[in-house]
Amino acid sequence: MAERRAVVGSKVGLHARPAALFVRTVAKLPVKVTVAKDGKDPVDAASILAVLALDVRGGEEIVLAADGDGAEQALDELVALVETDHDVPASG
Amino acid sequence: MAERFLQGVGVSPGVVVGPVAVMAGEVPEPSPGPPAAGAGAAEAEAEAEARAAAAALEAVASDLEAAGLAVGGEVREVLEAQAMMARDPGLAGSVERLVGQGRSAARAVWEAFGTYREALAGAGEYMAARVADLDDLRDRAVARLSGLPAPGVPDPGHPFVLAAEDLAPADTAALDRRKVLAFVTEQGGPTSHTAILARALGVPAVVGCGGAAGLADGVTVIVDGTSGVVRVAPAAAEVAEAERRAGARRAARSAPSGPGATADGHRIDLLANVGGPRDVPAALAAGAEGVGLFRTEFLFLDRADPPAPDEQQSAYAEVFEAFPGGKVVVRTLDAGADKPLAFLNLRDEPNPALGQRGLRALRRAPEVLAAQLEAVGRAAAASRASVWVMAPMVASAAEAAWFREQARRQPVDRVGVMIEIPAAALSAGAVLAEADFASIGTNDLAQYTFAADREVSALAPFQDPWQPVLLELVARVGEAGRAAGKPVGVCGEAAGDPLLALVLVGLGVTSLSMGPAALADVRLLLARHTLAECRTLAERVLAAPDPETARTSVRSLANGLDDLGL
Repeated sequence: MAERRAVVGSKVGLHARPAALFVRTVAKLPVKVTVAKDGKDPVDAASILAVLALDVRGGEEIVLAADGDGAEQALDELVALVETDHDVPASG
Repeated sequence: MAERFLQGVGVSPGVVVGPVAVMAGEVPEPSPGPPAAGAGAAEAEAEAEARAAAAALEAVASDLEAAGLAVGGEVREVLEAQAMMARDPGLAGSVERLVGQGRSAARAVWEAFGTYREALAGAGEYMAARVADLDDLRDRAVARLSGLPAPGVPDPGHPFVLAAEDLAPADTAALDRRKVLAFVTEQGGPTSHTAILARALGVPAVVGCGGAAGLADGVTVIVDGTSGVVRVAPAAAEVAEAERRAGARRAARSAPSGPGATADGHRIDLLANVGGPRDVPAALAAGAEGVGLFRTEFLFLDRADPPAPDEQQSAYAEVFEAFPGGKVVVRTLDAGADKPLAFLNLRDEPNPALGQRGLRALRRAPEVLAAQLEAVGRAAAASRASVWVMAPMVASAAEAAWFREQARRQPVDRVGVMIEIPAAALSAGAVLAEADFASIGTNDLAQYTFAADREVSALAPFQDPWQPVLLELVARVGEAGRAAGKPVGVCGEAAGDPLLALVLVGLGVTSLSMGPAALADVRLLLARHTLAECRTLAERVLAAPDPETARTSVRSLANGLDDLGL
C-alpha cells in the first residue's frame, strides 16, 4: 500500500472545478485510489460525491492511498495535481 | 360556444398568440414498497430493476452532457460536473445494493441520492448548491423510471408560451430564451422572478393567473401582458385581432427614434443597466444612450482575492468603449453578508440586508475600494465615455463626503451616491451637497421603507414601485436635485415601467436606467407627453391612497397607450 500526504493548493479546496479535475484524473488511473482527511475513514477518490462530502478546504491536508502496479507513480501524479492552485482558469 | 379565458395580472406588456408548453410539477417520492411483482424470480427482478436504474442514471448524464455541448462555456462545465455526479461509482453501488434488498429502481435511486444529500448538506452552507444539483439529478432519474415528464422547463422544439405554477431562477436557467413567446404562471406578482425575466426578454407575461398550470400542453392561447387576459383556444377572429395588435406594437416600436425626451423637448437620458461587458450588445441594440448602472460584482464573486487591477481595468474599458460620448455610471462593489467575499472579511450577520453591505463593507476594506477606483480611473482616462462613479448604500451626507474624498483623485467626470436608504432620501439636500449626482435604487428603497425583505415573496406587495409613499421619497430627492442643479436618476425596476417612468420624470428625475428591453416603450411613451403632463401624473400618484389607484389613474390619463399595446 502506497500513501502520500498532500496539501490542497486551490483556495476553494476540493470543490467545484478542482474536485471535478481530481476525480476525472483518478478515473483514468490504472489503480484504485482512496482519499482521507483528518484521520477519518478513506473514501473512493473516483466518487465525486464522496470527495465533495469530505469537504476539503484549501490549505488542508489529505491522505491519498493506492495499491498495486503503478500505485507510486499514480499517487505522485495526484499529489502534483492536488497541490497546484486551480482556482484561476489557465486562460485568465 | 362558451368563451374560455383566464384572468391574471399583466406584468410585461405585449400581445402574443402561441401554443402552450406546461412545466411539469414536482416529482413525487416513489413509494417504499417492493416493485410490482413479476412472473420471474426475485433475483431476476432485482437484476432488471438494477439495469433500469443504471440506464436511467446514464440517460440523465448523457442528456446533461448533450445540453452542455449545445451551450458551451461555463454552463458546459457545470453540466458536465453534474453528469459526473449521475455517473458516480459510489452512487451506482448504493443503488445496486438497495435494489438487491428489494427496492424498486425508482425507490433505490431516491434513497441512494438521499444518503449523499445528507452527507453534503452536513458539509455546511457552502454545499447548498450541490444539494440542489443532487435533488435535480434525482428527480430527473426518478421521473424517467416512473414514466413522468422530466422536471424543469419543457423543450417542445418550437416557440411556445410557458405555463407553470411558478418559476424560480433555477427553473429558468436552462430555458431556451429564444423560444419563449410569453409566460403565464399561477403564482407570482409584479416583482416575481417571472415578471423580471419577461421584462428583461421583452416578452409578455401574466402572473397570479388561476388555472395557468392546468392548461393543456399544445393548446393555443392569446396572452395579453397588459390586461392580464389569457384566451384559451381562441376563435380565428380573435387570433386575427391579436395579431393586428401585435403588429401595431411592432410597428410603433421599430419607428425611428431620437434620444430620450419629453414631447416638449426636455431631455431625459435613457440608459441601460448592465452587469458586465456581456450585457453591452443588448444595450446597444436597444438604443441605450449610455449605462446608468454598471454593476461590478461580476468581477469579484466566487474569488478568494480581489481581481487584479489590470483585469478590472480591461473589463471597465470594454464597457466604456461601447459608449463613446455617452455616460457610463459605475457602481462600486456592492457586497454584504448575503454575498460574502472572502477578502472583505464579513462576519455572518443575522440580517445581511441591514448589515455591513455596500459602502459600509468598503469602508472596512478601503484598499479594495481604492484599487477599484484606480482601475476605473485608468480605464476612464483612456476612453471617450463620460465616466461617473457612485457608491452603493449611502446613508448620510458624511458617507457621501467620505466616498467623494476617496474618488477625488481619479479622472472621472462625476462622483455620486445611490439612494436606497430612506435616511438618505429624507436628507437628500444635505447628501447632494456632498455629491455630484444621485441615483435612486427603487428596489432597495422599497425594502427599507416598508421594512419588508425583498427576498421574501410573501412580502412582494411591498416591492410594488407604485407605492405612493415610496414615490414621495423619490419626489424629495427629485426636488433636492432640482434645487441643487444636480442630476437625479432612477435605476431600479421602476424605471423600466413605461407608465411609471412618466411619473418619475414628473417627480424631477432626469435619467432612467433599465433593462434594455424596456427602453423602446419608455422612449416612445415619454415622447408622447410633455413635462407638464408628467408633473400632473406625478401629482395624481402622490395623492393616491394605494398603488392600484395610482396605476389606474395614470393609465386613464396617459396618451397613446393603444398602438403600443401598453
